[in-house]
Formats: sequence, C-alpha cells, structure tokens
Amino acid sequence: MAGWQTATVVSVRAETASARTFRLRLPEFEPHLPGQHYVLRLTAPDGYRASRSYSVASVPDGSPEIELTVERLPGGEVSEFLHDVVVPGDELEVRGPIGGWFVWRVDRPALLVGGGSGVVPLMAMLRAARSAGKADLVRLVVSVRTPEDLYYRDEITGPQTTVVHTRVAPPDEARGVDRLTTADLAPLVRGGEDVFVCGSPGFCDAATDRLTEVGVPERAIRVERFGPSG
Amino acid sequence: MAVTRGFVGKRRTRDPRLPPGQYDARDEWPVLHAEATPRLDTARWTFTISGLVEQETTWTWDELRALPRSRYEGDIHCVTTWSKLGMTFEGVSVDTLLDAARPLPSATHVLATSHTGYTTNLPLADVTGGKAWVVWEAQGHPLTVEHGGPARLLVPHLYFWKSAKWVSGLRLLDHDEPGFWERNGYHDRGDPWLEQRYQGD
Repeated sequence: MAGWQTATVVSVRAETASARTFRLRLPEFEPHLPGQHYVLRLTAPDGYRASRSYSVASVPDGSPEIELTVERLPGGEVSEFLHDVVVPGDELEVRGPIGGWFVWRVDRPALLVGGGSGVVPLMAMLRAARSAGKADLVRLVVSVRTPEDLYYRDEITGPQTTVVHTRVAPPDEARGVDRLTTADLAPLVRGGEDVFVCGSPGFCDAATDRLTEVGVPERAIRVERFGPSG
Repeated sequence: MAVTRGFVGKRRTRDPRLPPGQYDARDEWPVLHAEATPRLDTARWTFTISGLVEQETTWTWDELRALPRSRYEGDIHCVTTWSKLGMTFEGVSVDTLLDAARPLPSATHVLATSHTGYTTNLPLADVTGGKAWVVWEAQGHPLTVEHGGPARLLVPHLYFWKSAKWVSGLRLLDHDEPGFWERNGYHDRGDPWLEQRYQGD
C-alpha cells in the first residue's frame, strides 16, 4: 500500500438522495481487490484533520481511478463536507488500498449480503465477477428501505441480484416489506461458498443469524460493519 | 501539509487525550469485528496461558472471577479513528495470570487468541507491568457479547484490535507472530500516539 497521496476528483454523481459516488484520479494507483477500502483525510488550514474509511465501489479498469460511494450522514463531519463542498477538480488526500480479509478474489462462489450503504464493497465484487465473465460465481442480496434507497439502481439488477425492501416495496413486488428472512436467503445458499455481509452492526448481526439458521457455517461468513462514524 | 479546500472541521476544541487522527465517539461505542458474533456459554468458557511458560494454566469462568480484581479507568482508541474517553473496565490484571503461569526467560511476545479463532500479537512487555487486563465488566455492567463478552483482553495503550474480543488465552512465544489483522495489513505494535495503523507506519 502506498502512503498518503493527493487524488483529484474527476466526477461526482448521485446514487440516491443521500449517497454520492466520487471518482478520484490517483497519482500512484495500485490495483485493489474487491472489498478493499481507502482512508480519506481532510485537513483544515489550522492543521485540524479528520479521516474516514470508504469502500471502493469500482474495479480496476485500466485507468488510475477509483470510485468511493459515500452516504451523507446527518452531522457527519466528513460525509457532509464531501456532499456539500467537494466538486470535480478538488484535491483530496487518500491512502490505500487497505484490507486483506473482507476481499474476494473472483475465484470461489460467493454469497454477498448487503444492507443499505453496505452494498458498496459488494458492488465491487459483483462488478469484478461480471467483468471477468464469472458472474455465475456471485449471488447478491441487498436490503433497502425503499426502492429509492437502492444504490447503482441501473447496474445492480440482473440474474445475480435479489433486492428486498423493509419499508416500501414496488407495487408489483409479491414479497412485500420485511426484514431479511431465512426465506430470502435459503434459495441463494449453494453450500461451500464464501459469504460476505456488510451493513450496519444491527443488520450484520441479524443477517449472520439468518444465515446460520439456513445452514451456513459461521466460519464461512466474513463481516464488515459500517460504523456511524460520520 | 495539504489543506483541503473549504474544509474547516466541526470539532474545534481538541481534547488532549485524543491521539492524532482520532475523534471522540462520545456516547457511541462502535462495534467492529470481522466474524459472526459468537454466543459463548460461561459454563464451558476457559482462559489458558500456554507456550513458553513453566506451568501452562487454564482458568474456568468461576476461577478467573475469583482472582484479585483490577480496574482500568481511562481511554480506548480504535484504528478506525474513534476513541472513547473516560471508560471503566473491571477484571483481572494479566500480571496476575502470568504470575501463575511463570513465563520462561526466552518468552518475548504473546499471541492472544479468541474463541472465534481471532488472533493478535503483542510484545510481552505490552501486556505486563499493569498495562493489560482480561475484563468482564465495562462501565459497571457485564461486558456484552458485541463488545467481546463474556470476557475480552484489554490493552488500552494500543489500538483496540489488540484487545481481543472473546479472548481464550495467551500463547507465549520467543518471536513475533503476526495475528489476524496484522497479516491483513495492520501494524504489528499499534501505538495510537505514533499512529502505527498499518504495516510500514
């Protein structure tokens, strides 16, 4: 992993009302594995600093660029700044890629279980699988409150993806609204796959409980808990 | 120093107890671990000191809690940049446990192990001399399972991944053997005041 470097914001786009993807160009790009993250550091004129970790949503595409999707948390010192102030051309200090545990190497069958913004590192895994022509290795289930809360709406859908809604479902959705259930998960479990769970601590604990109830061994489950760290 | 255009920051008064790059999590105690949260039965829970010791020693839950109690009052620092100030933990000093097992002179490091299979490595000097505990109470209440209950290691002068949740023992070694996060890019020692976050820091 390289040290701190100054990235340039290439583009900013909205994923939902509260989530934006920041595309950054890196002077020292190092290819990352799906699931890895970067630390982003902001520095005030008086030297005050704030840093947060963000998962990479993109996969290496031959360009020295990465995409970080950031949810705007009310009162979040870093996420509010990124949403409200940062525009293309701005420079941001980053460090990465980081992480050797919550990564998938596009080699083994994987079940990906995401809640809300927890879909970000899983999207990198889905994108990696698709771009390698190995989409069949991946099954993704993502839990969102409403259809409007789904990140990467146009791209994420497909035969690999199941979307479940907890508050509001589309009118043609037979499942209705519910927390993630064993009935959602059971048909997706093949046996022997690696399982990646990402979301809030509450979502992760509930999801791992449901997964073990449908027979997934605890040892097969890797968890990334997104903290409320702003 | 590269100033970020337009960034002022919110937390203007910086508590001197906060190491560089850390923020005060105040009322929140974020939960971060990489495995499923285990359910451990204290009736079968054990803690073992093994490896380079004169007397490998195992304590049951009741035996551990019958040892002289020791308390830590102070701060904890997670590598993900939150700190919690003025925490209280209660348990037993690792010194008390090592006194029973009697480390051999050749022992220089420990590998802390968890009932989940998690491991983390520390120099022996970082868990002796009143710097480390096995704790089962936090803020006056039993340690909850999300925070490593029934008992976790507490090494508060290092980043908190060193304070192994659901701790099952310490293995004394004559060399440093990277643990779970250390094999995955994190620093072997993890001193928050030196910002030893990642390998190479």
